[in-house]
Amino acid sequence: MTTAPEPLTAASNPPVEPLESNLLPSDVIRRSATTDLPEPTRQLTKVAKLIDVSRCIGCKACQSACIEWNDTHPAIEENVGSYTNPHDLTPEMFTLMRFTEWENPETNNLEWLIRKDGCMHCEDPGCLKACPAPGAIVQYSNGIVDFIHENCIGCGYCISGCPFDIPRISKVTNVAYKCTLCVDRVAVGQGPACAKACPTECITFGPKEEMQAFAEERIAELKTRGFENAGLYDPQGVGGTHVMYVLQHADKPEIYADLPADPRISPVVEAWKGVTKTVGLAAIGVMAVGAALHGFFGRPNEVTGRDREEAQRLVDEERP
Amino acid sequence: MERVYSQSGDRIESRLPVIVHRYGPFTRANHWLTAACLILLLISGLGFFHPWLYFLTDLFGGGQTARVVHPWIGVVLFVSFLGLFFRMVRLNLPRREDAVWIENVREVVAGKEEDLPELGKYNAGQKFVFWAMTVLIIVLIVTGFMMWQRYFDGLVTIQVRRIATMVHAIAAVLIILTWILHVYAAIWTRGTLRAMTRGTVTGGWAWRHHRKWLRELARLDRKGPAE
Repeated sequence: MTTAPEPLTAASNPPVEPLESNLLPSDVIRRSATTDLPEPTRQLTKVAKLIDVSRCIGCKACQSACIEWNDTHPAIEENVGSYTNPHDLTPEMFTLMRFTEWENPETNNLEWLIRKDGCMHCEDPGCLKACPAPGAIVQYSNGIVDFIHENCIGCGYCISGCPFDIPRISKVTNVAYKCTLCVDRVAVGQGPACAKACPTECITFGPKEEMQAFAEERIAELKTRGFENAGLYDPQGVGGTHVMYVLQHADKPEIYADLPADPRISPVVEAWKGVTKTVGLAAIGVMAVGAALHGFFGRPNEVTGRDREEAQRLVDEERP
Repeated sequence: MERVYSQSGDRIESRLPVIVHRYGPFTRANHWLTAACLILLLISGLGFFHPWLYFLTDLFGGGQTARVVHPWIGVVLFVSFLGLFFRMVRLNLPRREDAVWIENVREVVAGKEEDLPELGKYNAGQKFVFWAMTVLIIVLIVTGFMMWQRYFDGLVTIQVRRIATMVHAIAAVLIILTWILHVYAAIWTRGTLRAMTRGTVTGGWAWRHHRKWLRELARLDRKGPAE
């Protein structure tokens, strides 16, 4: 069997013959709770999914494709007063179209902002930094961040680590789930299921550089249509992301269902996983070794004969 | 006669040689249950604390099981510690002689307690351990609930959970340090451990370390079998 090529775009006709995975264990560049990861032997082309919010028609084909490919079974829920459905990301729903009705104060127009939420595949993933279970979260050199469920312990630390509130922990399997960027499809030369299903080419997939260039074209076009603040959302606080948005109003990402303006791994998480761990372990070590040394070489505090006599006298004296 | 420096149940058990009853069976069982919980929490918790120590979770059958049992053991510890707390809190309230003891803590460490004031059932070091454990256990259980993904995942916002997680880690380090101090002091001060095993201490030990306590018990003893 031949090895799959690296994927170009989801729109191009993908290979149909069976192919060997082009994603090898040695392509892992970060592994949670692992300090001795071997240097990768090759660098894969960085990939990215580009979501052009201005092109989205809210059809939810991406959600359906995601459910189908990942074989998840989201519960049928109640209407919460919005087209957003289910009400939130769940362990069974890795991507979610969030609908916002926004009144543009400059034009007085009602704008229907539909953002496809899901894992952003950060270059510097907070979930991976926070994870205590070795190998439960990995990052490949093409930028995809993936949860390896058999190593997951279900502690929820990834939730604390994530600047985008993405991971969800199943109450049934007790492990964390999120968008995989269809790593299993990408590995054999396919694009993500959502990109494949999208009827408007709102979602495209390919090498990150190409996606950035494509985004520039889209942004230029939006600007000619009067969206002067159109721009690319590729937040540098997390080192850039491998899921990027073209936003009509890139100066105000919060209006897109609270997309953070400047996401970064919380300093609290950095401190907890950094200095607390090092200093804490050192303090425990010093204290334990100190106690042991004092125990071996110091003089124990022993009861003397005089103490015994005095105790006897005291007890006798207090007796009539 | 009212007890000031001793607990009900503390008594001179024999006079030749002097043997003093310090902890009853219930208190000892309560202590060892708490200790067992603390050790299990320490092992499982350290497994989550640093990748080097993740292998410790294998002692519980793997990361998933360690993650499941850790909070439950924490609940048992909290309830168990409550028993110790209410039994011991009165004699662990600070007294004037504690300040003198702390000022002269160097002498204590050097094993020269002769010139220090007479003490009741607990010295300032023991009181420190008592209050440090109390405060840290409260901090750990409160932050622990905020982190308990299985049952309390929506309890606090993610930002609060982040802070809770860091506070939990820091409090855990501090309680381990306190625990080492506690264990080491009990070993270094010879004759202490038997108080928590057999429940009794020798008269010499009581005279050397807790003279006011011994004095009070001796006076009570003279009055006959009180209480």
